[in-house]
Amino acid sequence: MPDPHISVTLVNELNLLAAGLFLLATFGLVATRQVLDCVALFAGQSVLLAASAALLGHEAASDHLYAVAAITIVAKALLIPWLLRRTASEAVVARREISQVLNIPTSLLIALGLTILAYFLAAPLRAAAPSGQVGVNLPIGLAALLIGAFTVTVRREALPQVLGLLSMENGAFFAGVAIAPDLPLFAELAAAFDVLVIALVMGLLTRKLHERAGSTSVADLTDLREE
Amino acid sequence: MVLWFILTLPLIAAALALWASRHRTVPGGVTVLATALQLLLALAVAARCASGAMVTALPGWVSCDAFGALVLALCAFAGFTAALFSIGFTRRATQPMEAGRVRRYFVRFNLFLVPVLAVPLLSNVALVWIAVALTTLLSIFLVSFDQSTAALEAAWKYAILTSMGAALALFGVLVLYWAMRQGGAEDFTWSGLAAAAGAMPPLLVKTAFLFMLVGYGTKAALVPFHSWLPDVYSQAPVPICALLSVVETTTLPYVIVRLLPLFPGKAGDGAGRWLLAFGLLSAVGAALLLVQVKDLKRLFAYSTIENAGIILTAAGLGGAAGYGSVYQLMNHALAKPFGFFAAGAALLFAGTTEIAAVQGLGRRSPLAGAALLAGALAVTGAPPFALFLSELSILQGGAVDHRFLPVALLTLCMVGAFCAVLYHVTRMVFGRASATGPLPAFPRSYALALFVAFVPVVLLGVSLPASVEHLLRLAAMALAR
Repeated sequence: MPDPHISVTLVNELNLLAAGLFLLATFGLVATRQVLDCVALFAGQSVLLAASAALLGHEAASDHLYAVAAITIVAKALLIPWLLRRTASEAVVARREISQVLNIPTSLLIALGLTILAYFLAAPLRAAAPSGQVGVNLPIGLAALLIGAFTVTVRREALPQVLGLLSMENGAFFAGVAIAPDLPLFAELAAAFDVLVIALVMGLLTRKLHERAGSTSVADLTDLREE
Repeated sequence: MVLWFILTLPLIAAALALWASRHRTVPGGVTVLATALQLLLALAVAARCASGAMVTALPGWVSCDAFGALVLALCAFAGFTAALFSIGFTRRATQPMEAGRVRRYFVRFNLFLVPVLAVPLLSNVALVWIAVALTTLLSIFLVSFDQSTAALEAAWKYAILTSMGAALALFGVLVLYWAMRQGGAEDFTWSGLAAAAGAMPPLLVKTAFLFMLVGYGTKAALVPFHSWLPDVYSQAPVPICALLSVVETTTLPYVIVRLLPLFPGKAGDGAGRWLLAFGLLSAVGAALLLVQVKDLKRLFAYSTIENAGIILTAAGLGGAAGYGSVYQLMNHALAKPFGFFAAGAALLFAGTTEIAAVQGLGRRSPLAGAALLAGALAVTGAPPFALFLSELSILQGGAVDHRFLPVALLTLCMVGAFCAVLYHVTRMVFGRASATGPLPAFPRSYALALFVAFVPVVLLGVSLPASVEHLLRLAAMALAR
């Protein structure tokens, strides 16, 4: 059944494609064991966020959203993967996660459940303020936010946790390009700065953990548990 | 202009501390001077705001009203006392050869102060979110100063959990922007939003509020998102605990409570109920957890959670208790650094923060023992300390509005927390001295920090000057709805 909120044009079709692939990349972050592949998936997810911003910018003839797309590409698709690889040592990036809290099929099922939940949560909001591409970007962005939070809780390696965190921010901004397209550019720049600081600080902390504890398996960090 | 000075001073101090790489004493000295100057400037701003004026540096971006000035002055005061204490702390915690570690500590200390002081000064809600997120990121390496595995673990938990909260709050901020645009407004500032409150779709505002409450609530360590806080406080250096504790109980309630004017009329009750629920859960939960504590710094950590809960409960009650909320916010921010400094002095003489291992601290060092006892009384709201008056004012305010159930619960957890903290602390202070060996000298910077932190807690417990009361009344208007 065609959704009445979505008018079918080429730009919209392309945005739908970007949204679908964005969600796929988010699922990939839940399921991928190789740390290096996780970094690549995050870069891909950021490119898709930028693509959606550019497409919405094309539709609304807004230079502002083009700028957002450019900032996203530079900060998230290029600088963050580079920073993470530079700060966290080779040994960390080349790791494979052996044990997971949940096995991959269960994790993917839960992620699927979260996506459906996001659609239900987003539906009344769309009805409250129907406009343009919100119907696509809001539920997908919210789903990525929830799945990112889920990724952080189930991953047991340091870097995949950080990437889950960063994909939460990507999810918020994926919704953001549709619901807050004219957010002041200064705020967008500052937000990009913020995620760069996250990558830098967490990368350095990962390296220190690796040096000190000899492992970046966050599951081994149980010294501070209270009895 | 004065607001720009406040924001650039820590940056200058950080640069100077970095530049003076060879000298061990320069970074600390510069930091104390800069924080003292910040405090004076912040008090000047507060004095101007107490007369009802707005201090504006850049309209729509950087400005300060009474509520902002209160938070600014409290954070600046905590920064100053923590800087004083840090001098003695870094001298004791590092080897003579480790000038680099001391320098890095003070550079990070100053950089951390920038977003802390920026939160009350920024008026654009999106920028406030960024400042809050940066307060976490720039304090991570201060928490892990000790470099032990446990300290790194605490820093990791802190970073991951509060950044998750920040991402949820970001979604809330974006939805709030959407709501504002749907309401036809353009001005994404606290005052602009309050002016547009009636026109915004209520469902969107409520969704934004809940995401921001949970997101910022994680950083404020509200139960059930509190698990990181005791771990962090048990590992972080004492002056950092003092500063973090003030930041978490002033700036975070500030950004949450600032959303209340967005709910005009009946809708305000709904938002108030959410604050009440989270506030009471935190106050009661922390009071219960206080009983089983085994570590002195964790004791003060749970007391911080309890106070954050009391502040939000009072804000949620609204009406007459609203004034008590900002009053409590001020008094807790003044009392808690003193509590942590006293814990630091106790650690110095007892050699450990494990409660069961320490006895007779008062015998070994009467000053440290007296300070710890006074600190315990001050943070739990015993007379003659200031927190007693504000807790009383909240209970009275709630009772006047016939909100008897929350008032009864609050009273129970205030009394419970008082008994639990005193039970643990008296065991440490009295009795035969457990530690032996040569007595360390009481560091002058510890004594000075204790004294400076002690004075306002006692003075405000005796009487509240008219100008301060006026500032509090004006600040409380920010949460009227």
